[in-house]
Amino acid sequence: MGRWTEAASAARSAGPPATPLVLSATSPGCAVTMASSEEDGSNGGAAEAGEEKEAAGRRRRLGFLATAWLAFYNIAMTAGWLVLAVAMVRFYMEKGTHRGLYKSIQKTLKFFQTFALLEIVHCLIGIVPTSVLVTGVQVSSRIFMVWLVTHSIKPVQNEESVVLFLVSWTVTEITRYSFYTFSLLDHLPYFIKWARYNFFIILYPVGVAGELLTIYAALPYVKKTGMFSIRLPNKYNVSFDYYYFLLITMASYIPLFPQLYFHMLRQRRKVLHGEVIIEKDD
Amino acid sequence: MKHYEVEILDAKTREKLCFLDKVEPQATIAEIKNLFTKTHPQWYPARQSLRLDPKGKSLKDEDVLQKLPVGTTATLYFRDLGAQISWVTVFLTEYAGPLFIYLLFYFRVPFIYGHKYDFTSSRHSVVHLACICHSFHYVKRLLETLFVHRFSHGTMPLRNIFKNCTYYWGFAAWMAYYINHPLYTPPTYGAQQVKLALAIFVICQLGNFSIHMALRDLRPAGSKTRKIPYPTKNPFTWLFLLVSCPNYTYEVGSWIGFAIMTQCLPVALFSLVGFTQMTIWAKGKHRSYLKEFRDYPPLRMPIVPFLL
Repeated sequence: MGRWTEAASAARSAGPPATPLVLSATSPGCAVTMASSEEDGSNGGAAEAGEEKEAAGRRRRLGFLATAWLAFYNIAMTAGWLVLAVAMVRFYMEKGTHRGLYKSIQKTLKFFQTFALLEIVHCLIGIVPTSVLVTGVQVSSRIFMVWLVTHSIKPVQNEESVVLFLVSWTVTEITRYSFYTFSLLDHLPYFIKWARYNFFIILYPVGVAGELLTIYAALPYVKKTGMFSIRLPNKYNVSFDYYYFLLITMASYIPLFPQLYFHMLRQRRKVLHGEVIIEKDD
Repeated sequence: MKHYEVEILDAKTREKLCFLDKVEPQATIAEIKNLFTKTHPQWYPARQSLRLDPKGKSLKDEDVLQKLPVGTTATLYFRDLGAQISWVTVFLTEYAGPLFIYLLFYFRVPFIYGHKYDFTSSRHSVVHLACICHSFHYVKRLLETLFVHRFSHGTMPLRNIFKNCTYYWGFAAWMAYYINHPLYTPPTYGAQQVKLALAIFVICQLGNFSIHMALRDLRPAGSKTRKIPYPTKNPFTWLFLLVSCPNYTYEVGSWIGFAIMTQCLPVALFSLVGFTQMTIWAKGKHRSYLKEFRDYPPLRMPIVPFLL
């Protein structure tokens, strides 16, 4: 779900560039009392606190080590996805077909996409001011696509839809990681910011289409082989049907995609529109 | 006697929403909320958050106007908390669901399992025992909601009922499906395992109930006072020596017992998720206790003795 990447990172960077750090404040919310802390009704408050924390929360400059590491990480990821982009273009130029393309780049793809798990750790230790949950979901959906679909279900590797989401992810990630790199170093060229907040308009739907079509193509194979499934009876009295799991995953795109897309559009208006206002005041 | 004037502004837009003149100095925030509702009936008191500062904390219903740091013209900022629903309603709904849903699976109502199994009964005694335990657990919760608990908040946001019911009802259906399934596999260590699990379950249910009663007795009816809970003559309450929230400790224990009894992975997962949530709540409550009471017993941990 390339869309997750865009939305989450837009949420991250809607305000000033990445250097001012916000520590996540644990908020007990409403006064938590004795007999009634069950289902603490303060969820609304906590959500509010989350949104307001960027403005009113404690800020701390990133230490040198954290900045250095993040700079290295973002540069490495930009480079990695660039390598992937180049490899894909070269393959297509040499072979003239998409068949075998996934196979040729799969090791690099798996390496860099899996490496992105570190982004969850960055949020956990607080050097990146995004919520662990959002980042976790976004990275998990990528890991799911790469390892549980294209890697595990070999017959779908030559589907055109795979190329569709690979292209979308590649362009998205190159834009995103270079955006972070430049933000960290306090030298953000406007065209990178522009790319970040405009490419998604096309890339999101394209990426989603690619992912959905790929999962759809995998369904018959999954049903036939019963892969990744547990049947009854068994000692732990549980069952799991990967086929239905995939169907539910596909269905979940329906409520999730529009929300993310419109969130991104709103961020775009805020960031790019905000930029224009500042220039006018000048 | 000098009367106060109160103006209420929207916390976000600073728009003037209401102007109250001739307010008694001893008026409480609750009374001001009632007056505000008169001019804006869609904002009943439960969904009003009034504060002195637009970004500050909500004032309490019991706060008295005269005692607040305001002049004779007080400015209060209003924030809409959204549609509210009473805690009692939420609790009753979220607990009645699992009670009913589990029984649908226990009695093998049609369209759940294959038609040849409709209204049949499991041949495993543990399945019947599990039904009794599960049902007892939720009946206990319903009765406690009606007769035992004293809530300090009257209401919570409406969206919580959907979230909570999905959680409780969903998990209840998921575990009930497997426990009552015609292909259910009884525990590996047989009657020994079931007996041990039952003992854990019963002890923890009694413990949980004892804590609820002890907490209730800490607080007189209709009041919202807060005190440090201490062990009573009831041995189950001695867990207060080691944890701030023994009710949660016992609750997790009950579900662990149920998981061992049924040897069903979904039950174990439900216990784990519940434990995670209760740990978050327990830590929050523990922190509140520490903040509020200087003499809070230092040996106590939030939920797991000595550990967590």
